[in-house]
Amino acid sequence: MEFRYLPMTESDKQEMLTTIGVDSTEELFADIPEQIRFRGNLNLKKPANEAQLKKELADMANKNVNLKTHASFLGAGVYDHYIPSVVDHVISRSEFYTAYTPYQPEISQGELQAIFEFQTMISELTGLPVANSSMYDGGTSLAEAVNLSAAHTKRKKILVSKAVHPESRAVIETYARGPELEIVEIDCENGYTNLQQLAEAIDEHTASVVVQYPNFFGQIEPLEKINELVKSQTKTMLITSSNPLSLGYLTPPGEFGADIVVGDTQVFGIPAQFGGPHCGYFATTNKLMRKVPGRLVGQTVDEDGVRGFVLTLQAREQHIRRDKATSNICSNQALNALASSVAMSSIGKHGLRKMAVLNMKKARYMKQRLKEAGLRVVHEGTFFNELVVDLGSNVSEINKQLLNKGFIGGYDLGQNYPELKNHMLIAVTESRTKEEIDIFVKELGDLHE
Amino acid sequence: MNNKDFPLMFERSKEGRTSYSLPELDIPDFDLDTEIESNYIRTTPADLPEVSELDIMRHYTGLSNRNYGVDSGFYPLGSCTMKYNPKMNEDVARFDGFSHIHPYQETESVQGAMEMMYDLQSSLKEITGMHEVSLQSAAGAHGEWTALMMIRAFHEANGDMNRTNVIVPDSAHGTNPASATVAGFKAITVKTNENGLVDLDDLKRVVDEKTAALMLTNPNTLGLFETEIIEMAEIIHEAGGKLYYDGANLNAIMGYARPGDMGFDAVHLNLHKTFTGPHGGGGPGSGPVGVSEELAAYLPKPLLTKKEEKYVFDYDRPSSIGRVKPYYGNFGINLRAYTYIRTMGAEGLKKASEYAVLNANYMMRKLQKEYDLPYDQHCKHEFVLSGKRQKKLGVRTLDIAKRLLDYGYHPPTIYFPLNVEEAMMVEPTETESKETLDAFIDSMLAIAKEVEDNPEIVQEAPHNTIVNRMDETLAARKPVLRYQK
Repeated sequence: MEFRYLPMTESDKQEMLTTIGVDSTEELFADIPEQIRFRGNLNLKKPANEAQLKKELADMANKNVNLKTHASFLGAGVYDHYIPSVVDHVISRSEFYTAYTPYQPEISQGELQAIFEFQTMISELTGLPVANSSMYDGGTSLAEAVNLSAAHTKRKKILVSKAVHPESRAVIETYARGPELEIVEIDCENGYTNLQQLAEAIDEHTASVVVQYPNFFGQIEPLEKINELVKSQTKTMLITSSNPLSLGYLTPPGEFGADIVVGDTQVFGIPAQFGGPHCGYFATTNKLMRKVPGRLVGQTVDEDGVRGFVLTLQAREQHIRRDKATSNICSNQALNALASSVAMSSIGKHGLRKMAVLNMKKARYMKQRLKEAGLRVVHEGTFFNELVVDLGSNVSEINKQLLNKGFIGGYDLGQNYPELKNHMLIAVTESRTKEEIDIFVKELGDLHE
Repeated sequence: MNNKDFPLMFERSKEGRTSYSLPELDIPDFDLDTEIESNYIRTTPADLPEVSELDIMRHYTGLSNRNYGVDSGFYPLGSCTMKYNPKMNEDVARFDGFSHIHPYQETESVQGAMEMMYDLQSSLKEITGMHEVSLQSAAGAHGEWTALMMIRAFHEANGDMNRTNVIVPDSAHGTNPASATVAGFKAITVKTNENGLVDLDDLKRVVDEKTAALMLTNPNTLGLFETEIIEMAEIIHEAGGKLYYDGANLNAIMGYARPGDMGFDAVHLNLHKTFTGPHGGGGPGSGPVGVSEELAAYLPKPLLTKKEEKYVFDYDRPSSIGRVKPYYGNFGINLRAYTYIRTMGAEGLKKASEYAVLNANYMMRKLQKEYDLPYDQHCKHEFVLSGKRQKKLGVRTLDIAKRLLDYGYHPPTIYFPLNVEEAMMVEPTETESKETLDAFIDSMLAIAKEVEDNPEIVQEAPHNTIVNRMDETLAARKPVLRYQK
């Protein structure tokens, strides 16, 4: 059988064996003790040729309802936004996607500069001076922020709003077990973090307060007030998770005093792809610069004074500091950060606000239509592009029926919030048309009880 | 700005230039500015670039020309497995039915995606000899930490609360001790012996009732197979600890040996290394975790399983360590790995390891004439040279690496592992031809000669790159981490 990724010929092999001074490659594996040598054949599917495998995988893909065949009102952290064509053309350049982490700056200026530009864009969006080269995703980036706050303040108590994405909260909980942090969740009221409960919970042991802005229900948390509460305790940090698209319209958390802002740039040029890979971002203050997890790219000059870029402040990182590193992270999401940089460049300074506004207005149109159809939209506060509707019947069942009508319905909130059983979280992006919204509302009206 | 500078995207920006294409407002207008409290409306726009679409393509094409990937040339970066990234994988990952599916869709509408994941889990179980696999971890270090959290949960469930130590060889990747710390353990170092293997006497010395686990790469970072692995497993297991396999070097042994058969209780794999998910300039990766039957209950949730011919996400796992990542892992990278495994099959994967090992041994034997070889024995998929001989002539390994840039190569990993002086870690991979290996060998030998005859040319390298050596001290002392107008 031929394998197109293996170029050695039989005569190459013989020549090489002679150089090494052995008769067969088997001798090179003789150091593996016989007791643990695998002598069978791995029980895997037979190798498939390119055309056959492509057909098989296309068939597999075609079994999946997708965001191109169906109009989607599903968000909850992953959104169907417009992806400019340039994005895929750039990230398909193999000098980018087949490269490793840019350890050799002389031949990696392309990647390094692209990351430096990404850091700048994230800094602009969040209103904070320092951003890293990216994290796995928004959820793990948030968990790293929590761990950083505990290490920096030498405190163990973390207050997390229940209006933070349930899966991010779950990830925080797992990460918190290593340093043995105490996670206290703060309830919601009318779709917002309960500020009174938050005020009562903050004390001198609190390392940080974690909120999402806009929050999981789409509501715009009163960050100014929250920051005042947080800063009533010296050293306590405010950590915010933010959909970066919303920051095209909303005041960035950094301006309110947030110490760390994280989130996911999936909204910029990254397809949903069943939840990953997406791209976490991590932004913070100058004060915390030397405690940031992950890679940082900095500007410098070469021996001739030519501007260039390098990985910098590496004394924070695992390959230098080993068990004393600020985080164990090694891989980042460089290629996806590149995709988001291209998308942000394409959308641009004015397009960003315009795109955020389109999302907000269309979501408001959805709200108006739902009300006109007699459905109960449960929160009355200001929101970004998501809202909660009480359907009075099983959301999953409704979603199954919506699939037959050409729609991917919203998120079933009853999974995570018992009090919101039969409630659907609906996302409306700029990609949804008036017609799609109108028909979707009509179908929902017909299906709910 | 210097003539040789390449402009930043922000320096190409011009007020009023656009490249977006957004839909028109097709609904009645809403007045947001009166609805939203004014202090929540951004006053200064985020200063993103204002550029044309052609500006974008010229910019990034220019940047790509200032970058070097596997498709550009030979990339023998030890420990990173820089093998060819098949183009078919990229095509498949872009099928609408894979790339445009939402993680919260009704599972009945994504059965094809779940079938792929299930099939990949099964393949990875078979390749590693483990009982159960989770695809949730996002990368290698994330997989290490996930497995350590499971081991921690296992000990705690047994009421074994004092197992605070994780043993790590002095030759290990930095992520190993770092992951141990993040998981709440103390990292304890075990020494390497004169044969380049874990020193069994030292292991016996550091193992005690506090030992939670030993983290091991096999073959190790010197490219040598830990021949005493059975004894090591016995020592750790007898002390009540668990054995953890760092899959960074699995490319050496596919079809020849399996971590599960060696006695490992948990493993992680780097799908972006061994299974061709591209490295992407630093990521995204994917770091699935496999475990023995005893540890399976602790796997992250949800776990993808099959019930009555339907694929489901099982959340009902009371002993699970919980979530380590939102959603179900880096699906797009997992899909590329799956495509590769299906292309190669059992026979192809074994051949990949065979050639990875053949190539490394061939290069090692050719290069040992001019460079010190601290461990003179057959290696696996990579080997480590020392630049000691050249250092005596005033040329450091860093200089040799920079000189290789002039010859058109990405240099090997340098100064790692830490227990070899002036280390150069070379991993050719199986996807390179003999001609490529020979050309690289010739360059390395030519540089060795330059070191003797004309050391300045090496010390002052690189000479042919678009920039020279960077002032890294300046970068760290006065950090400039973003563009300022």
